Amino acid sequence: MDMPTPSLQILSRKARIVERLLEVLPADAVVHDPNEVRAYECDALSAYRCPPLAAVLPRDTAEVAAVLRVCFEERVPVVPRGAGTSLAGGALPTADSVILGVARMNGVLEVDYPNRFIRVQSGRTNLSVTGAVESDGFFYAPDPSSQLACAIAGNIAMNSGGAHCLKYGVTTNNLLGVTMVLMDGTVVEIGGPWMDAGGLDLLGVVCGSEGQLGVVTEATLRILPKPEGALPVLIGFNESEVAGACVSDIIKAGVLPVAIEFMDGPCIKACEAFAKAGYPDCEALLIVEVEGSEAEIRHQLGLITEIARRHNPVEIREAADEAQAKRIWLGRKSAFGAMGQINDYMCLDGTIPVSSLPHVLRRIGELSRDYGLDVANVFHAGDGNMHPLILYNANLPGDQEKCEALGADILRLCVEVGGCLTGEHGVGIEKRDLMEVQYGAADLEAQVRVKDVFDPRWLLNPAKVFPLHVTAGRRAG
Amino acid sequence: MRPENEAELSEMVRHARGPLAVRGGGTRGLAARGAVVLETSGLSGVRLYEPGALTLVAGAGTPVAEIEVALATEGQRLAFEVPDLRQVLGRAGASTIGGVVAENASGPRRVQAGACRDFLLGVRFVDGRGDVLRNGGRVMKNVTGYDLVKLMAGSRGRLGVLTEVALKVLPKPEAEVTLALRGLSDAQAVAALSAALGSPYEVSGAAHLPGQGTFLRIEGFAGSVRYRFGELARLLQGFGVAEEVPSPWAAIRDVGPLAAVAGDLWRLSVKPSEAPGIVARMGAEAVIYDWGGGLIWARMAPGADLRARLGVFAGHATRLSGAPGIAALPPEAAPVVALSEGLRAQFDPRGIFAAPEEV
Ligand SMILES: Cc1cc2nc3c(=O)[nH]c(=O)nc-3n(C[C@H](O)[C@H](O)[C@H](O)COP(=O)(O)OP(=O)(O)OC[C@H]3O[C@@H](n4cnc5c(N)ncnc54)[C@H](O)[C@@H]3O)c2cc1C
Repeated sequence: MDMPTPSLQILSRKARIVERLLEVLPADAVVHDPNEVRAYECDALSAYRCPPLAAVLPRDTAEVAAVLRVCFEERVPVVPRGAGTSLAGGALPTADSVILGVARMNGVLEVDYPNRFIRVQSGRTNLSVTGAVESDGFFYAPDPSSQLACAIAGNIAMNSGGAHCLKYGVTTNNLLGVTMVLMDGTVVEIGGPWMDAGGLDLLGVVCGSEGQLGVVTEATLRILPKPEGALPVLIGFNESEVAGACVSDIIKAGVLPVAIEFMDGPCIKACEAFAKAGYPDCEALLIVEVEGSEAEIRHQLGLITEIARRHNPVEIREAADEAQAKRIWLGRKSAFGAMGQINDYMCLDGTIPVSSLPHVLRRIGELSRDYGLDVANVFHAGDGNMHPLILYNANLPGDQEKCEALGADILRLCVEVGGCLTGEHGVGIEKRDLMEVQYGAADLEAQVRVKDVFDPRWLLNPAKVFPLHVTAGRRAG
Repeated sequence: MRPENEAELSEMVRHARGPLAVRGGGTRGLAARGAVVLETSGLSGVRLYEPGALTLVAGAGTPVAEIEVALATEGQRLAFEVPDLRQVLGRAGASTIGGVVAENASGPRRVQAGACRDFLLGVRFVDGRGDVLRNGGRVMKNVTGYDLVKLMAGSRGRLGVLTEVALKVLPKPEAEVTLALRGLSDAQAVAALSAALGSPYEVSGAAHLPGQGTFLRIEGFAGSVRYRFGELARLLQGFGVAEEVPSPWAAIRDVGPLAAVAGDLWRLSVKPSEAPGIVARMGAEAVIYDWGGGLIWARMAPGADLRARLGVFAGHATRLSGAPGIAALPPEAAPVVALSEGLRAQFDPRGIFAAPEEV
């Protein structure tokens, strides 16, 4: 993975830049000691590391604006950072960049139940947004598995999804407004507690822009009343293809589950060994969750199991209560941890049309054999968002390269069948060089021009999302 | 001009000298004056429909009616409920899906299912340079690069001419029922709608027609709909006795109650709890409230300056009919204007796509 050569011109001015940052922030909000900045050297794509020039931890929009003005004047690149859980290297610094961390900006600014929104500072963690409204019967719907740690800022930048997004949508569908600071320090208010844009839908393009258009400091989020209840059913199959067909039938039947999760044989075995959830020994497993009152849940689960029976399941296990529900989810929730126990792994995130599921699973199996690397599949089947986990050995020379090559082939396959490179983790540096697989030169140029408008000097998180050769002229300027 | 395909359209735009006004069916958008009309009706047809994947791809000029028929045969629908504004705007013609997307036109189900933009998975369009561009795709989760799909939704033909759109569709529910409350003041009505929308009963329509009633829609499996009706009636006891009424939603979606009232048509997007106060201040001939109060449709006396009457409020107002004189589109803050103008300059550097100003 190439990153641009750091600017010696900037590195040599470190003392002056730090001094100017200290003029606008308290001393404890500017990290510049070479050892201390190591805390910001990577995100959850930890194979890539680079300590930044400095890191700043502002407390509010005004401080963010002040920092950005300094960096704009000094022409220093800025990498915004939430909690650093990006799996795509979105928050990876370069040696000549300043990390702007919003972690200290974690307050709740307004809770409004009649109008069903909450306004928070963007460094607040995803789970604690729900935490702020839960006792009054509300929740914030997008629920990435990293929700205990990840910040709303990162969620907005990556347009993150979660297990429940089949029913409730992803971040962009639940975001009403933001306060954002542009690279030159201009504060922009976009959207608010109403339901559409008066002019161009700038909010729509800010969400998912991976920290390249502005630094989001506050967000207005839609909150929803909690459902009366929710229960899952677990269905085991002897063939992945059959499980795939069952998913399609459930969707067509008009039941709208909150989640349809899929695990294949290798993944089931790993989870069993790790979490002992008591899963059946089979080749594919679906967990389908529905919501409503007790009677509504039973009715929907009845329809789902009826559909499943037509596909010769090896086992159907309807959760009778909360405790059984927990057991059913236990294995799925520990899937990533379980895989991490047995191996190093790389988690892919391509999305495919649900109808291509059987074909894609077969092809992934073939590619896995060709490369001699095991692949376990665990994913959000309802919306076709795959998470193939490629197992490799980081200590074996050449294995990581092999793994990345297999990953690239799997993502090419996703695009080939009409899907995309990333469904929820974002492009970052990880999929940057594959962007041309999905988009033509003009398509990429159109996106790059959007950044030209928001950040004409190309200082915000400049080395991400687009292949470096596409942005070279701009970054230099 | 009426291109038959994307390549032809691209050539037309590339060689255009004066302003162009993109026109689907001409049934909803604000028109631009003095521009050459560019019709999209040649870019028509459903290109792909996979009921099992809940996706449909169609040419931008495809009539909405054609799409709705195709979906109905599989028991599916466009869940954002396309408003048909022909009657209230006094227009004729057949609405196209490209026009719907370009206006982000969304009906009562916006409160629960989302707006048109939330169902838009991908677009193809020709920008002001004549380049054919693509963004998004046809899958439900896609964060690959910037989301120009959302930007194109509601862009009113100012950034490019949509040629193809990919949409997420949903199954039609088994049953629908409408609960009505009578005799509520606007403020009481919005409070009742808020209480219902804040309940777990998945209300998919929440409207108030002053003088007629306050309406809530529930959709789903038959048993579920029954149960939720009962629970909602109980929850709203303090607002009066709930009755079950025939579905008023097509009329609400199409702003039917204002069709027979004379005056300029305005559309306001506001913070729901502030809607009754706003209505009290604006002195309209007639209004209806949708989206739990978040959407106000109003008839104003011809030429009345609604924005001047309201002053600053949380939201925005658009004028959809009436004589020129008052800006049709809402004013925006300076930094937002700068960004929006900047985007227009990038997508349409020659300013070929005319501003939709006057009707
Ligand atoms: C175990 C695990 C499970 C995960 N599960 C899921 C999942 O289920 N679904 C999912 O979608 N993702 C998942 N992720 C990925 C990750 O958690 C999300 O991408 C998350 O939204 C990142 O949030 P963050 O606060 O950690 O952001 P960071 O990693 O700090 O940053 C992510 C991106 O956001 C930008 N950014 C940060 N703050 C701002 C700001 N204030 N303004 C503008 N840009 C900003 C950064 O520059 C970067 O590009 C998972 C990650 C892990 C480690």
